[in-house]
Amino acid sequence: MKILASVKRVPDPATTIRILPDGSGIATDNVKWVINPFDEIAIEEALRIKEKQGGGEVVLMSIGQQTWQEQLRTGLAMGADRAILVRADQPLDSLAIARVMAKIAGDEKPDLVILGKQAIDDDSNQVGQMLAEMLGWPQATFASKVEIAGTKCTVVREVDGGLETIAFDLPAVITTDLRLNEPRYASLPGIMKARKKELKEIPVDSLGVDLAPKLKIKKLAAPPKREAGRKVGSVEELVSVLHSEAKVI
Amino acid sequence: MGDVLVFAEHQGGHFPKTTLVAVNAGIELAKKRGGGRCIAAIVGEKIDAPAAELAKYGVSKVVALDDPKLAHYLADLYAQALTALAKGLGVEYILATATATGKDLMPRVAARLNAPMASEIVSIGDDGTLVRPMYAGNALATVEMDAPVKVVSVRATAFDSAKPGDSAAPVEKAAPELDSAGLKMQFVGFNEIKSDRPQLSEARIVVSGGRGLKSSENFKTVLEPLVDEMGAAMGASRAAVDAGFVPNDLQVGQTGKVVAPELYVAVGISGAIQHLAGMKDSKTIVAINKDEEAPIFNVADYGLVADLFKAVPEMVEALKKVKHS
Repeated sequence: MKILASVKRVPDPATTIRILPDGSGIATDNVKWVINPFDEIAIEEALRIKEKQGGGEVVLMSIGQQTWQEQLRTGLAMGADRAILVRADQPLDSLAIARVMAKIAGDEKPDLVILGKQAIDDDSNQVGQMLAEMLGWPQATFASKVEIAGTKCTVVREVDGGLETIAFDLPAVITTDLRLNEPRYASLPGIMKARKKELKEIPVDSLGVDLAPKLKIKKLAAPPKREAGRKVGSVEELVSVLHSEAKVI
Repeated sequence: MGDVLVFAEHQGGHFPKTTLVAVNAGIELAKKRGGGRCIAAIVGEKIDAPAAELAKYGVSKVVALDDPKLAHYLADLYAQALTALAKGLGVEYILATATATGKDLMPRVAARLNAPMASEIVSIGDDGTLVRPMYAGNALATVEMDAPVKVVSVRATAFDSAKPGDSAAPVEKAAPELDSAGLKMQFVGFNEIKSDRPQLSEARIVVSGGRGLKSSENFKTVLEPLVDEMGAAMGASRAAVDAGFVPNDLQVGQTGKVVAPELYVAVGISGAIQHLAGMKDSKTIVAINKDEEAPIFNVADYGLVADLFKAVPEMVEALKKVKHS
């Protein structure tokens, strides 16, 4: 079984985000770059599926700049078999990214493509669903449990109000939610082995895919700052101010 | 001048607040984009009654895609039905609320129409530019979409609900255009977490518990009395859900539910960036935590540094007194 897992390089979730004065982006000098946490979960799930099946291949896929090699090597160190870096230096919207992934999937012919449900920088939550439509495949988003038996896949999804179970035949696209698994750390032997694993670079222009962005970010601004409140000394005081001052009870 | 098609989600024939928010946002978008129509689409089986109900909310017309095949929501099924309708109507925008269904469905609709999509917008500019949160709500991005058809999902807490009026728009029934070869998904079941409490997305007051509660037993014996005394919805931090104290549908945060009630009470929650992303637009925020350095106090209007195991039961008693005074 071949599994394609997507990897995005994002600022560490604990980073304090500073917006540039001209609103053109965020300041990156203090940023520590990591694998998008949801993509880490995707890589982990791919590795578990491969281990359970007793064979197969986990291929990582990124669309970004040279520096993204760092995150791909981390994924390889976790245990993935090889990686593809589609080199793109220009900003790409979700449609373009999905198109590039669809092209890669068309060439690689995986049984499963697994991605994080959203990137914690962009927070769009679109690519997996767009990719599934472009490939004409089933989609299972916000997966909290994945079971594969032969070509039949059953996924439990975290939705509003509870858990939904859907089923379909592979190939399919799955996007991960927080509780699908807890990703492993790369071991030292894993890190050593990762250096020798294949990391193929493909220039994005060579794929013949329409990349022109249809969604553009014009500017970033800070949200309105919430005024600091005050500490109260007792429960009695709290209930009193909520009643008389805030008038919410 | 473009028309807007709103996907009006219904739950067993009833419209949650999140749907009325989408209708309102759709009407606003149509107005700001040159005065086109706002058309509402309702999809399902035996939906005459909700379709007639929806017609009272200020839309130009309601189209009901009513068919036994549409009884259960499935992404590929509803994407086919909705995009065929959108094409037939020649709309410029397709809009829905960013509920679990909206998030699952709308990007698929977008790809099917080769349309860009702006997720979870929080405001619509007079010139049609849209603003959406990024970086866990630490940045607001103004976005522009350049395409004949565009897809938008709206954050439920950012818009008011549409209000019902006296007149009813026309309701059209249509058969869904489906290509069965493209339908590959099967609905197996829904494990609904039933509760008598108000829903997180609709409640005026939300009381959330964090890891400080220490156990699911404590959620029941310590937090729930406060939740119920206040007639509130119950929420939780990611840490509490991960630890298994409460089910996943209670998670408030960047990747869980985003709420903005009149009153948000955070009990035993430290206030990580990702949690704040889900509640910092609440009108009044109260925090109860024994750690006075907890980041939650930076956003709280009223902070009480106290042991929640003492403070919460005290608060329940104090509230009972207020009620009876």
